[in-house]
Amino acid sequence: MTPSYASYNDFKEQLLASFRDNEERMNGERKSPLHQLRRSALKQFEQLGFPTIRHEEWKYSNVNSLIKENFALDTASSLTAEDLVPLEIPNLEGNILYFVNGIYHPELSRIVSPSEQVQITSFADSIKADTEFMGAHFARYADYQDSAFTALNTAMASDGVVVRVPANTTVDQPIILRFITDARISNITSQPRNLVVIGKNAEVMMAESYRTLGENSSFVNVVTEIVLDRDARMQYYKVLNETAKAYHIGTTQVHQADNSHFYSASITLNGQFVRNNLNIVLNGQHAEAFMYGLYMPNGRQHVDNHTLVDHAMPNSYSNELYKGILDDNSTGVFNGKIFVRPDAQKTNAYQSCKNVVMSPGASMNTKPQLEIYADDVKCSHGTTTGQLNDEALFYMRSRGIPKDEARTLLLYAFSQDVLSQIKIKPIREYLEGVVREKLTK
Amino acid sequence: MLSISNLHASIGEKEILRGLNLEINAGEVHAIMGPNGAGKSTLASVLAGREDYDVTSGSVVFDGKDLLDMAPEERAAEGIFLAFQYPIEIPGVSTTNFLKTALNEIRKYRGQDSLDAVQFLKLMKEKMKLVNIDQSLLSRSLNEGFSGGEKKRNEIFQMAMLEPKLAILDETDSGLDIDALRIVADGVNKLRSPERATIVVTHYQRLLDYIVPDYVHVLYKGRIVKSGPKELALELEEKGYDWIKAEAEAI
Repeated sequence: MTPSYASYNDFKEQLLASFRDNEERMNGERKSPLHQLRRSALKQFEQLGFPTIRHEEWKYSNVNSLIKENFALDTASSLTAEDLVPLEIPNLEGNILYFVNGIYHPELSRIVSPSEQVQITSFADSIKADTEFMGAHFARYADYQDSAFTALNTAMASDGVVVRVPANTTVDQPIILRFITDARISNITSQPRNLVVIGKNAEVMMAESYRTLGENSSFVNVVTEIVLDRDARMQYYKVLNETAKAYHIGTTQVHQADNSHFYSASITLNGQFVRNNLNIVLNGQHAEAFMYGLYMPNGRQHVDNHTLVDHAMPNSYSNELYKGILDDNSTGVFNGKIFVRPDAQKTNAYQSCKNVVMSPGASMNTKPQLEIYADDVKCSHGTTTGQLNDEALFYMRSRGIPKDEARTLLLYAFSQDVLSQIKIKPIREYLEGVVREKLTK
Repeated sequence: MLSISNLHASIGEKEILRGLNLEINAGEVHAIMGPNGAGKSTLASVLAGREDYDVTSGSVVFDGKDLLDMAPEERAAEGIFLAFQYPIEIPGVSTTNFLKTALNEIRKYRGQDSLDAVQFLKLMKEKMKLVNIDQSLLSRSLNEGFSGGEKKRNEIFQMAMLEPKLAILDETDSGLDIDALRIVADGVNKLRSPERATIVVTHYQRLLDYIVPDYVHVLYKGRIVKSGPKELALELEEKGYDWIKAEAEAI
């Protein structure tokens, strides 16, 4: 069992000590290139430290309360299949993989797709057994030089999923990753790491969902790297319906080749502190990325979505729509960066962020950032933050629809622009249910 | 059916209705005319319950109940319908879904059972014929991207679906060409019955060629300064409002 280091006052020191402790128990692999890479990531984390609000990228998201909590690095859990029943998404079929406190649990999971279609393995197994493949891909996309959390994950990650889709293959069943934090006994942190490599002209759907069980705090720091070869297509959904004591920091790093298509939806319905980073490099001609997002914080919840689209080659396309409904004393952040490199002529990039603030105590910070170094491009961005349209409410009420019902109907319709993009029907229906419930509360 | 007495209403510091009186019985059609800024749309809004206006004195009794005490949705359920001058666009909510919610909320208020999908569709088909409206329009987001004529026709369609006791048409003719005007008026006329009353708020006489009123009232500076039979509308069309203004100022 991994020692918990809960006695450390300083979270950073605790994490560093854990790394060194693990290292001491290693034999030959200590000298392996992969481990050297992890060491350098750790060094980088040590140097960077946790970001403060003086850091431009963290100006509105203060991680102070997170690093002051005492988290156990314990991965053990007594969770059984029975405990998971209430968390199941009705009618959901496909490859469903459960990770408890960051560790893959095959006995709770089921993989239904044949291995000719897709190879689904645990990160822990892959990093031991398939060093060549992992050496070629692991940490090759998600930059850890400038991000403390990515560096930390790169150094510490012990498990997650590795998905490989061979060329010219359509994976007909979705891959659902369910990350469960068992915080029934103590505060728990985990560092899941995923890698998805999609071959030429292959296609796959994947969803990540995060849930905490129990009353204690959880902190998940996840990194997912996704590589699309030419003509590949992916639907990618990230779903957070967390507890009020859950911290989540996640980075999804996407690398796209010629004519590949990436569709994503990032849905944050609940969680105390959530930071979603979605970074996409369009490193091929005619590559296309679609990014949708919905966040609905209430209470004192904080949700921060950072997106970055790097148009590195000509003729690429990106389109982004993020929508937020903020209630009570919640806070939201949207930071959308579009980067068009000098060579990326004929780029089309569109970005929109729309927010409804329901209460005087709630606030939203939006920051679109366009950095354009090519001259023949079409880019647009727009953000709106406002209240529910009074005229629309009156119109609906004048037809006999009570105020609360009218409000729910309008907000539900507002969320539909994003939710309707989700092609895995049971997930979409599950989310629609949670949204409806949240709106009628 | 509707009894308005000494109604005063203001928006902010500005008083717009200044002692308005009006009696409407079931089966009647009343036209409210008047120059711009007379308070015509304010009257329509106050009756429907728009919260931007403060009623400072007076009373409005509808079927024996105090209308001013009710929320807009209660007024609708009691049988008041306002056809908007500028119908609002509701993104993401189809006319069908909107009307199903509205109709069933009204039925709930009245203690009636909800209509199921089959009953609702049957009713919708029936009413669609009445205003010559296309199914494809009803599946789209309500009023979003509709032309002026489509929006107005949709208002009359909603009215047909909700079957109000008192319909208030606020400048329904504005922005309509003659064909659209005829379709809209035709729909309104088909809904006329001895149990229902209509208030037609309009600046021009044109609409009244098609929806023939029993009474015409001239609103000026927040009061009804002249009432008469339908011929009054023709007189106003011919002579304009200046003589009315002069008459009113002389009092």
